[in-house]
Amino acid sequence: MLSNLGNSLLFLNAIFSFIIIYFSSKSIKSVGETIPSKIFKISLIQTSFVMSCFFTLVAAFIISDFSLVNVYENSHSEKPLFYKIAGTWGSHEGSLMLWIIILTIFSFLFLIKNKNHPKNYRLYTLIFQNIIILGFLFFILFNSNPFATVSPVPKEGLGLNPILQDPALVIHPPLLYIGFVGSSIYFSAAMASLVTDYSEKQFAYSIKNWVLVSWGFQSLGILIGSIWAYYELGWGGFWFWDPVENASLLPWFAMTALFHSVIVLEKRNQLYFWVITLCLMTFILSVTGTFLVRSGILNSVHTFASDPSRGVFILIFLSLMIFSSIYLLFKKYKTSNSFINSNSKETFVLINNWFMLFYLLTVLIGTLYPIITDALTNNKISVGPPFYNAVIFPVVAVFLFFMAIGPNTKWIKNKFNDIKNFLFFLASALVINFLIVFFFKSYTVISNLIIISSLFLIISTMFDLVKCFKNSNFDLARITSHLSFGFLVLFIGLNHNFSIEKDFNLKVGETISFDNYEIKLKRLSLKDFSNYKAVIGNLEVKNMKLGEVNILSPEIRIYDNPSTLTYEAAIKTNLIKDYYLTMSNIDRSEFYNIKFQKKPMMIWIWISVIMLSLGGFLRVFKNANNN
Amino acid sequence: MQTTIKILTLTFFLFIIGIFYLSLNKEKSYNTKSLVGKKLDKIILERFDGNDFLDVEELKKNDFTLINFWASWCGPCRLEHSTLMILNKTSKLKLVGINFKDKQVNAKNFLKELGNPYHFIAKDEYGKISINFGVYGIPESILINKELVILNKYIGPLKDEDYSQIIKTIN
Amino acid sequence: MKIRIIFLIIIFVFNNLLASEKSLDINQIYKNLRCLVCQGQSISDSNSDFAQTIKLVVKDLIKEGKSENEIYSFMADKYGDWIVYKPQFSKQNFILWIFPYIVLVGGALIIFHFIRRKKG
Repeated sequence: MLSNLGNSLLFLNAIFSFIIIYFSSKSIKSVGETIPSKIFKISLIQTSFVMSCFFTLVAAFIISDFSLVNVYENSHSEKPLFYKIAGTWGSHEGSLMLWIIILTIFSFLFLIKNKNHPKNYRLYTLIFQNIIILGFLFFILFNSNPFATVSPVPKEGLGLNPILQDPALVIHPPLLYIGFVGSSIYFSAAMASLVTDYSEKQFAYSIKNWVLVSWGFQSLGILIGSIWAYYELGWGGFWFWDPVENASLLPWFAMTALFHSVIVLEKRNQLYFWVITLCLMTFILSVTGTFLVRSGILNSVHTFASDPSRGVFILIFLSLMIFSSIYLLFKKYKTSNSFINSNSKETFVLINNWFMLFYLLTVLIGTLYPIITDALTNNKISVGPPFYNAVIFPVVAVFLFFMAIGPNTKWIKNKFNDIKNFLFFLASALVINFLIVFFFKSYTVISNLIIISSLFLIISTMFDLVKCFKNSNFDLARITSHLSFGFLVLFIGLNHNFSIEKDFNLKVGETISFDNYEIKLKRLSLKDFSNYKAVIGNLEVKNMKLGEVNILSPEIRIYDNPSTLTYEAAIKTNLIKDYYLTMSNIDRSEFYNIKFQKKPMMIWIWISVIMLSLGGFLRVFKNANNN
Repeated sequence: MQTTIKILTLTFFLFIIGIFYLSLNKEKSYNTKSLVGKKLDKIILERFDGNDFLDVEELKKNDFTLINFWASWCGPCRLEHSTLMILNKTSKLKLVGINFKDKQVNAKNFLKELGNPYHFIAKDEYGKISINFGVYGIPESILINKELVILNKYIGPLKDEDYSQIIKTIN
Repeated sequence: MKIRIIFLIIIFVFNNLLASEKSLDINQIYKNLRCLVCQGQSISDSNSDFAQTIKLVVKDLIKEGKSENEIYSFMADKYGDWIVYKPQFSKQNFILWIFPYIVLVGGALIIFHFIRRKKG
């Protein structure tokens, strides 16, 4: 029943898209500057139908309707309600429903929010967006249908992978999707702008908030994913440079470059074609990421159910997008006559873009290189954290210096008179780093450089804050984001330098001591829970220097539906540091493998990212108020 | 200049899409099959129940050698054991067993029950010897020739088609 | 002005004098080796039996006085290049290592060119 309802709603949505495209192209040819009200109406109906369609699927999960393959494969009648609902977007098919919802809502909002822009520009955006919607609707209908049925109807579902039953993982996909699926709207707008030659400042004006919103959500989505990886995967890290993580980072770099250069387009009417390129690139990278993740050509920790036929479909869609956008871009490209001074703000925005592109392309080649060598020479290699750390980190230090200096330059003018201040900031940064090195310890020249440059950025941004308070014209959004980025890099640097990690094997009752720590495996207990059994360790962690004692209880869990073994880390968080401890059994032995880590400043890394995206949202509110 | 950029951009995207297409049907998980053709390093094996040693160099005397990694606790090893017993009867092939992370008593009981196909059994109490052969799970069997070059690797239990392939290779 | 800059350079040198290269960190080696059983995890992260064995072997190799790179070469020799997370700088991986720097230098040239041309 629900299957029929869902399928018909999907089908109707496809029809609505066709109707919207048809009416829009008719209206483009007609004279007059108003968009016919029927287009608004159909758009509204389309949006509500898409939502109903999504809720139909949610309903199927809530009532555990196992006649749907998707529910059968990803749910279980004894699962808590919260995770039943979350199961809706836990699978590939369900996550495509999220795609469609975001594509449609953004399409509708863009239509009604841009009243001051020319009719044809808005209508072309609507057409391009609906072509994308159609593409994904076809994908759902013909390849990955969440409403596909199974017969005979199974009595019970297979259950959702226990490590996915987690609140962080419930909100991670929606946040991330608002980010990179949201970028579709400025892809469509950029195409429309090329078609209608709508290339003034106004174009920048119409897309800038969309870019910021998608960037803010993308940042939060990535953050939640990292937090989940940190406490659920049990490795004590939060970023592994895994191909799937990289896929979410690539559009983030493009968005960051984009909302910086959009400012130049808005204020100075320059860099138009570059802005367009970035708009197109962001969504193309998002779809590329989806292709990489869903087609299963990656060898990743984060295993998604994958299947090559999906890959073929997304690949065709991706090729169409790429070739139509570069065709339009080349057709419309004109060399512009602009004027940029070397010490002006424009230059520093370009420098930001230059670094973002460097990060983007480095991560891209790192992700694709193993695929390329395997396809061309059958040689399988791994590109992992050491590659990215070696290539990216030294460059981050340089980038932070530019980031500190950039905001203090003026538009157009070739003037730079704060050298004295900056020398002072640099001296303070060096002194603080010296103190850190002196009182604690230090490792390498590069880690020193990273800490110095992040301190430099923090100090000079703080100084901006003070200065701006006096002048009362401060750009709180920019200061918040730059400051939190400085802190983020600083905390990551400190975390990297001062974490302690120890890997050892213990029997019950044994004690190990190293550095200032003494760790004892006091006892093990076996407990039964509703859907799993757990071996719970009781470990005493003594810090001899501080005389502090903590009890940590890592678990080994044995789940029933589906039967899986997972390792739960025990984490003790405080403001300065986390203690992180995992335990795993060693086959045919009475020893347990224990990994103990002290990770300084963990909580501040999360807070920095939240503040970073907050800066983006602040800018959106400010822009909205100015309108 | 502009035409060059256009052509380069197009080539770049065609290349990437081509690579994506080619990769779709590739096996993504990794195994050590690519090591076929490599020569074995110099390793000295210790007999699992005595003070006797075997230098891998001595295997040059055999036309072909199959090095089999097994343990009494390993279920799939039990499955492939009958295949090993038949291979034992082949004159051109010598079998070397490496007893992986096992207890001697259990291993002996295992062989008593199912028969001993090996010409030499080496011990590998901690699994470290097997690392030298590029083994990452048992059972695995490595077929080498007179020059100690790896002819094939059979990861997982030996199947019927593996048996016929071995027979074909050595004859 | 010059005095200030010299002063800065001096503190920076002081900063780095205290920076001693980290001694051979065994966890770092575990992290840079990839597990063949739980593919996608490093030896350090993996709970598999294989990872345990590799850890033992790495400890032995360190005792024998092998350097970090020698350990990677040893593992790559036994299991193929795939096992090492940091691809060796070789003819085959040349593009991987050189490409980011081409982008970096190329980007600088483009920006430089752009600004200069517009000025004249």
